[in-house]
Amino acid sequence: MAEIKSHIGTQNKKGQTYTDPWKMMHEAPRNPSFYTGSEVIKEALRRASCDVMIAYPITPQSEAAALIGELFAEGYIGDYFRGESEFAVMSQCAGAAFGGARVFTTTAGPGTMRAMENFPMWAGARLPIQMIVTCRGINSPLSIQPDTIEISYLLNTGMLVWHAETAQDFFDWILKGFMVSEEPEVHLPLALCCDGFFVTHTKDVVNLTPTDMCLPPYDPYRSPVPCMDMECPPVRMMRDPFIMKSNYISYATHASWQQEIWAAVERSRKHTIKWINGLIDTENTDAEVVIVASGTAVSQGREAIRLLEDEGVRCGLIKVKSLRPWPGEEIREATKNAKHIFVPEFNVTGWLAKEIKATIPNSERVHAGPHVCGGMTMPPEIIVSEIKTALGLRSESLAGRGS
Amino acid sequence: MSKERIKISPDLYDIMPSDYQDLVQSATYGKEDRGWKDIGTSKELIEQHSLCAGCPESMAFRYILASLPNPEDTVMVGSTGCTSLVFPMVAVHNIHSLFGNQNAIASGLKRALSVRFPDRVKDVVVLAGDGATVDIGLDMTLQAWFRQEKFTTICFDNELYANTGGQESGLMQKGFVAKMAPVGKLFDKVRLPEIARESGCHYVVNCTVSKPSLVEKVIRNSVLIAREIGPTYIQLYTPCILEIGKNSMEGLQEMRDSEKPTERFAYKEYVSEPAKQFLAELAAKDKERKAAAKQLAGKA
Repeated sequence: MAEIKSHIGTQNKKGQTYTDPWKMMHEAPRNPSFYTGSEVIKEALRRASCDVMIAYPITPQSEAAALIGELFAEGYIGDYFRGESEFAVMSQCAGAAFGGARVFTTTAGPGTMRAMENFPMWAGARLPIQMIVTCRGINSPLSIQPDTIEISYLLNTGMLVWHAETAQDFFDWILKGFMVSEEPEVHLPLALCCDGFFVTHTKDVVNLTPTDMCLPPYDPYRSPVPCMDMECPPVRMMRDPFIMKSNYISYATHASWQQEIWAAVERSRKHTIKWINGLIDTENTDAEVVIVASGTAVSQGREAIRLLEDEGVRCGLIKVKSLRPWPGEEIREATKNAKHIFVPEFNVTGWLAKEIKATIPNSERVHAGPHVCGGMTMPPEIIVSEIKTALGLRSESLAGRGS
Repeated sequence: MSKERIKISPDLYDIMPSDYQDLVQSATYGKEDRGWKDIGTSKELIEQHSLCAGCPESMAFRYILASLPNPEDTVMVGSTGCTSLVFPMVAVHNIHSLFGNQNAIASGLKRALSVRFPDRVKDVVVLAGDGATVDIGLDMTLQAWFRQEKFTTICFDNELYANTGGQESGLMQKGFVAKMAPVGKLFDKVRLPEIARESGCHYVVNCTVSKPSLVEKVIRNSVLIAREIGPTYIQLYTPCILEIGKNSMEGLQEMRDSEKPTERFAYKEYVSEPAKQFLAELAAKDKERKAAAKQLAGKA
């Protein structure tokens, strides 16, 4: 087994100091910088001590993936290359993670769908890969516009799934995500999602940690399963392969393994709460009307709340940060006073509303909507309109809605 | 990994399975001239397996594992199929993840091992069936070669999908009647060895596993060339006796029949110029070593 020692305080080849992650994220000075979301991904990776990044072009993550290539050229990443498709890239990521590397990749929309077979395999193999998902439409006719439908397909893969609202979330959560993912009792992949274009292609002020600090390297020997590097004894894994057997032991083994993946998702809860300061954020949840949202729908909800306040309607807000682990208890508690719960979403099916309905008592309180999709923006006015209509208040007609 | 690492604490020795005790006592990790002749006198790196009696794939597995030049630092990558019934019994780290993605897994793995162990040799060897290599995984097979990934790809060619019950595959012969080829396969056996050469492989061999000494030479060359120069590809005929209607004892003869000069598994080899030079250097060093040993023996 490779020598296990603390790297904290030592320097990497780029002169960055391996820093205690908690101190780096919570105590180190922050430098306000004006960056696009894609540039923020690059800056987070600069500080992530990432061993392998594998890239493939698909809008809207191509820029971020290419910028990380520049980091590789500068010597901040161990290895970097362009794979041949998202399916191959996610398998290449798996290979690198099996070999004990800290692995990062980015994808979007149809790429997420193409790679889908890999994700339950990542979780099943306990590979703590981090994948940025810059959500976009997946339907035909072809669309490259923002749409969060792909997140719903990730929810049952066994991956951790977080949904960032802003570039600041993104910067912090990329670095914190490795800390949660790599906990020995978790050791699961993380899909860190954001709404494509709205986050990736807009500029925002983001407070960055110092460039001369970086995360300690990943230690593959803290993994709950052996690292495939022939540095620990290769033992016969099983006397009889379970793959195609039809017997009770085979079923029981597979069943308990799947249960263990979801138990690990559950065990990630306390680490997620610690690192991203709770699975949800709440504002004014004593109000009778509450908006629950994730991603940039939160920002639009916040703006809608301001407009409603001007009209004397008090409205609370729940920002769902982590979708897996799912903040069921938190949402039940935060909505206990609510008579009306609105769930604005950037997708046609309303997967978040369905999750919430399945979580809380008296689910008829949930108004699934408004929904926009296919790249449409979500003006706060349509959230206001949805709420006022449901409450039986007089609503100004909105231009362009045919009313 | 050194053999030291697999040693058992004396306090725990008696509770370890006997196959593990045997590995510690007499496996050939670290033996420089290991090869097929060790079979029978040392612990093989493969335990009892659940392949059909007489399956040529089991012979191939044993010869390959006996011939790996550096099993103590080799990681193998498999795919779904009959090989995935065997890999859990192999005393070399091995990865099964999905069907057909073996060369993508190996690409990521080899790069991770190179990043983590820059000053050490870590060999990666892919071993998968013909469905995984040529049909569902073809793009990843070829792209790994285009990128000059430094690992060996071994294809167990049984000319059909054996594990799912004998369906048509790309490496099946034209005209063969099989499941999913109800009127006989309509197109020729895919010429992957030629494609491998054109795709940048530095060492390509097409043969059967009827002769263990030949398998040993081919495997050793392919791993060493992949380590130093670039991708290598070995296509081995391992007939599925079950699906072609042969008995357990007839696998060897089937291979012998198929390697006659005019048959599809007549020995074919391609070696690139850099690989030729490398093999010549290896041979020269080997000769030197043997001469020195002889001289030493003479003095004694």
